[in-house]
Amino acid sequence: MARDALVQESRELLAAMENALLEIEAEGVNAEAVNAIFRAAHTIKGSAGLFAFNLIVSFTHIVESVLDRVRNNELTVDDAMLSLLLNCGDYIGALVDAIEHKRENDEPNIARRTELENALNAYLEPPATTVTVTAAEAEESPVEVETGHRVGSDNWHLSLRFLPDVLRNGLDPIPFLHYLAALGRIVYLHTLTDAMPVAELMDAESCYLGFEIDFQTEADRKTIEGVFEFVRDDAHIRILPPHSKIDEYIGLINTMPDPGRLGEILVAGGALTQHELEQVLSEQQEKAIGQKPIGALLVEHQVVPEAVVTAALSRQKQHEDKKAHEQKFIKVEVSKLDALIDLVGELVIAGAAATVVAQRKKDSTFEEASQTISTLVEHIRDAALTLRMVPIGEVFQRFPRVVRDISRELGKEIELVVTGADTELDKSMVEKLSDPLMHIVRNAMDHGIEATDARVVAGKSPGGTLRLNAYHESGSVVIEVSDDGRGLNRERILSKAIERGLVSPDQILTESEIYRLIFEAGFSTAEQVTNLSGRGVGMDVVKKNIESLRGDVEILSVEGQGTTVRIRLPLTLAIIDGFQVMVSDAVFVIPLEMVIECVDLSSHEARHNIVKLRGEPLPFVRLRELFELPLLQHSERESLVVVQYGQQRAGLVVDRLLGEFQAVIKPLGELFQNTKTLSGSTILGDGRVALILDVAHLIQQASHLPTHLPASKTAGLLSNQK
Amino acid sequence: MPISEQTRDGHPLALLMGGFTIFEIAELKDALLHALHMAPDTLEIDLSGVEELDTSGVQVLLLLKQEAARLQKSVHYSRHSPAVLAVIDLLNLAGTLGDPVLMPNGS
Repeated sequence: MARDALVQESRELLAAMENALLEIEAEGVNAEAVNAIFRAAHTIKGSAGLFAFNLIVSFTHIVESVLDRVRNNELTVDDAMLSLLLNCGDYIGALVDAIEHKRENDEPNIARRTELENALNAYLEPPATTVTVTAAEAEESPVEVETGHRVGSDNWHLSLRFLPDVLRNGLDPIPFLHYLAALGRIVYLHTLTDAMPVAELMDAESCYLGFEIDFQTEADRKTIEGVFEFVRDDAHIRILPPHSKIDEYIGLINTMPDPGRLGEILVAGGALTQHELEQVLSEQQEKAIGQKPIGALLVEHQVVPEAVVTAALSRQKQHEDKKAHEQKFIKVEVSKLDALIDLVGELVIAGAAATVVAQRKKDSTFEEASQTISTLVEHIRDAALTLRMVPIGEVFQRFPRVVRDISRELGKEIELVVTGADTELDKSMVEKLSDPLMHIVRNAMDHGIEATDARVVAGKSPGGTLRLNAYHESGSVVIEVSDDGRGLNRERILSKAIERGLVSPDQILTESEIYRLIFEAGFSTAEQVTNLSGRGVGMDVVKKNIESLRGDVEILSVEGQGTTVRIRLPLTLAIIDGFQVMVSDAVFVIPLEMVIECVDLSSHEARHNIVKLRGEPLPFVRLRELFELPLLQHSERESLVVVQYGQQRAGLVVDRLLGEFQAVIKPLGELFQNTKTLSGSTILGDGRVALILDVAHLIQQASHLPTHLPASKTAGLLSNQK
Repeated sequence: MPISEQTRDGHPLALLMGGFTIFEIAELKDALLHALHMAPDTLEIDLSGVEELDTSGVQVLLLLKQEAARLQKSVHYSRHSPAVLAVIDLLNLAGTLGDPVLMPNGS
């Protein structure tokens, strides 16, 4: 159990680490992201240490050491390091996988590990002499130019700025100062009160103070840092060691809204002499004038304090978010949740049975009571199902990395745009969706989006865009992967399909039918015929995966402009609102969301399985014929149930309409695996079994049934409703 | 009552007792600001009863000084308790708080 928790936690942390790394790559280094990465590595190491998983501890330790240097500004994050850290994250992932499979003592790949470790150690070799610690201000110490001047003072200089919430968080700066004083001698301490607002605006429980401290001690940096360990998240702490470079003081002064004032404080404390201060200020000026236009300088002077404020605010907000997070989530084992869902399923069935009994007894109070119960059961069902719902972002979050890696590999510039990541769908689907999506994304990048020069020639922006989008639509979840690449070439697909004997040359197909051909087995294995032909696994596997989730894949494409692969999935796999119909003496259930309307068939003109409904032709299937059920003596009037899936409609002809019903889906036995028209079974209130119709397949069947009709006509009958 | 008010040498005097920390600070801030606003020109605050002073307490002491200056009044702190002295000493605020502080011998 604990092992599973460790594995899961580590994976979440690795995902967070990866996100932070990608954020740095996209937006440049920021201290928050660096800290997030460090924390992730640190926590993984700590947790693994508890279980003595030494392979992971020793590896993560090196990663952590490098990160520590980054955090301390001894190392700068460059492209190579980002790639290295991403790869290290992957390797830690492999180690975590090993733990999951109880093979924690087997090194997944020694050669890889050695390679990564050597690369990491290369960063660790030359220990930097002077360092600036910035717990929260890494972004504010842009001073890179080394001037070589060092100040004469042999005191440490500490600059502390507390965030407003520090007191409310139960931390008081004073004891920290006392503790510091115990480590050496506070030569000079200046309390900064500039941040204190006027009385009306002052919140007595917020902290407005900052301290500049000159400190003499034998202790080393680590010990001094250790003093502020607990308050590190609630304060900006900079520590300058004795004889620091003047540059570092410039860096410090630069962070102050009023540089002159800090300078005076530094002089008063003996950190700098007056002469040194003048040197600092003049150098600062020279640099400013020498390197930057006046405008930039002005902006900088206004922006610097603002950035500090923003950093403080965002940290504060993060803290709140974190708190809210802790209260919002509890971790529950999936199996427990499944057990609950199963029970709710049984409850739904039992409730339906009670309702049937109540109706038979004709006892109005009993009926009323059972009505109330079934309403509640319905709510419980909905609530229980939402427990299993997770945002699709869980799948999407893998893709920034994938897109980054593949676009580098292919030498294409590809930007990923993710929308609708908070669209929810069933947890079990999320897991199964990952691989098909990955395949589609890879295909889109590999074959959909053109190389940079080809794009320029085609008059497009040099960088391609890949979009992942998700949304809810009438009881299904729709996931789209779109690229702005060259689109599908329908002629080539068609000629290839004819060549492979998938279609006959005289068949006339609609565009979507042609695109659908690439899902056919045997098509994808062809060498790069279409722009979407695969790498190993073909699109037919994608289609199979999606269909196993009772979903459907559709392709939209405009040549030269791009392709969209649209996946449509049912919201849940466990319970549906069904519509009961009767054919002969058998009961069938149609998912209610797909039912558009019910009409009386006899009043409409019907011929060759096509009915004319309000002037539009609608293909239909007679369920009695389809399932070869006997025609009962008392011939009732037939009803037509119009169903829609995606954008196609068809009619189902049944004997009787029975009404709505909550159906708990029970899988069909293996014998029925190949029965495409049925998607499952359910148990009715009276204990009988009803079969659930697979509307998606029925619609396809309805539109292809009249084989004696020319194909062109059939295709035209698929009425596009939207 | 953590504060009791009386008069000394013709000006109002606030006598602080017990803790002067985050737990009582919101109330104390309002009470002391009120006392300052009520005072004709000078308010004396007697700190001899303060058993504990934390950062929030220091902030209110500073705030009162600042507010007094804004109102063109003055605030005097007197008879600092050892707890107050320790903090003022540590934070090097004897100057800023600007009052005659009696430094105990030998420290």
